[in-house]
Amino acid sequence: MTDLLDLAGDFPLLSRTVREGKPLVYLDTGATSQKPGQVLDAERAFNERHNAAVHRGAHQIAEEATEAFESARSAVAAFVGADFGEIVWTKNATEALNLVSHGFLNASLGRGGADAARFKLAPGDEIVVTELEHHANLVPWQELAAKTGAKLRWIPVTPEGRLDLEQLSVITDRTRVVAFTHASNVTGAVTEVAPVVERAKSVGAYTVLDACQSAAHMPVDLHDLGVDFAAFSGHKMLGPTGVGALYGREELLQALPPFLTGGSMVEVVTMEETTFMPPPQRFEAGTQMVAQTVGMHAAVDYLSAVGMERLAAHEDHMGQLLLEGLAEVPGVRLLGPTSSAQRLAVIAFDVPGVHPHDVGQVLDDQGIAVRVGHHCAQPVHRRFGVHASTRASAGVYTTTADVEAFVKGLHQVVKFFA
Amino acid sequence: MEQLYQQVILDHSKARSGEGELDSPHGASFQVNPTCGDECTVQVSLEGQRLAQLAWSGKGCSISQASLSLMYEMVDGEPLEQAEQLGETFRELIHNRGHELTPEKMELLEDLSAFTGVGRYSARVKCALLGWMALREALAQARHHTGASGQPPQTQA
Repeated sequence: MTDLLDLAGDFPLLSRTVREGKPLVYLDTGATSQKPGQVLDAERAFNERHNAAVHRGAHQIAEEATEAFESARSAVAAFVGADFGEIVWTKNATEALNLVSHGFLNASLGRGGADAARFKLAPGDEIVVTELEHHANLVPWQELAAKTGAKLRWIPVTPEGRLDLEQLSVITDRTRVVAFTHASNVTGAVTEVAPVVERAKSVGAYTVLDACQSAAHMPVDLHDLGVDFAAFSGHKMLGPTGVGALYGREELLQALPPFLTGGSMVEVVTMEETTFMPPPQRFEAGTQMVAQTVGMHAAVDYLSAVGMERLAAHEDHMGQLLLEGLAEVPGVRLLGPTSSAQRLAVIAFDVPGVHPHDVGQVLDDQGIAVRVGHHCAQPVHRRFGVHASTRASAGVYTTTADVEAFVKGLHQVVKFFA
Repeated sequence: MEQLYQQVILDHSKARSGEGELDSPHGASFQVNPTCGDECTVQVSLEGQRLAQLAWSGKGCSISQASLSLMYEMVDGEPLEQAEQLGETFRELIHNRGHELTPEKMELLEDLSAFTGVGRYSARVKCALLGWMALREALAQARHHTGASGQPPQTQA
């Protein structure tokens, strides 16, 4: 069977060799994706023709740069089913999540006036996260809890590696924020968002979705999902590093106090005090990563041209092949759902008796790039009783041949350390 | 691959020496490799200028486990100065990008010379040195507690 998509040729890096001439088999897209020539070209063209500071300067190039910057916002908003004014540029998803948690913190300290009072947290309030989270959607909430006196609670994970939706009673009248992942970067499980949002709404809690893995690998419509905030990053979705985005419902962004302050986000500054611009500028302090936003624009254009449904179908097939291949290797334990339904092609596993570093090393020796370690998600590893794991993750450019090389390599690993 | 995973490393990673705990150590150190969560604890007790007892516990990859196991075999019961000198020489080897040191130093390292290839893989340097970092800290603590004289040799990260 031929692959649904055959796009590796668009990605210059994938044609290189590693470890003394071995063809690269790149299965670490969950950590960072490779970038198509279209993205690289767009960034270069911007720098060669239109580079200038945005939102200032009366010259033509400044106008062009501003136009490029804002049209990237527009494209990214459309890509995730959001409105133009609901997308804030950040340097990555981690910053986007910190922007929200610090907005809550600043509101709790009385900043933002009456409008921001809705975000105040105090002792007696609760923040709910999940055991599945990447540290980026866990640690900022731990910090917010510690600073405000709110209590941190969490939704547990099923033995299969999904959010345990039977345990949504963790969300109570005391809950003010529910922060959860759309798709786990370890188990690959895709969260059924609706019941979580429904439960959060019923108690008046805000929802914050980590869409880093999902936005890159399946169609995502944030308005349909009904979450209040969401974060995703450019480099996981074929775009550049150094750019990510926060989605916030317009009404909420209007009321949220800023996180980073300084230039570009102010109206009137006196020696005593400052008034802030409306969103999204209020949250975009300092010189912005304009070329990267242009690259991200090209990335979502590329993804849209492929079609997210087709991409998801292709990756689903790769996921199935990975799961089947893994099941053939004796002793290997999968951390995550065994079927590719409601799951991304993010396959983490444990080879009993062989440490992930050693698994990764032997694979690397064959030119196969996978992730080893805890993937910035220690709690879910602890949940599975392991310290670390090996993870293979597919992308739009992954081929059947890549998967075959990986499975063969894994047999080699088991043989080597037998 | 066989260059990195020398037989002595594979053997020590499976049949490990010196794992355990001391009742009342003079010094102990816990070290963690934040990239993968590997961790180890090294405990030592001194008798005068001698490393009388060493015990370690931890989990990690074959490189880190074998390094700890060999460390135990080579420094337990040895004079402090010798143990610390060995640690510095081993650090030097691991930072030498896969090349051997002088014949005299390689001789000093004995079985630890099997780790020469690790230096070619920058991501594994920390694995090889984790236990030795713990040893260095534990010994410094023990010297402080027991008042054992002498300074540890010049160190590099």
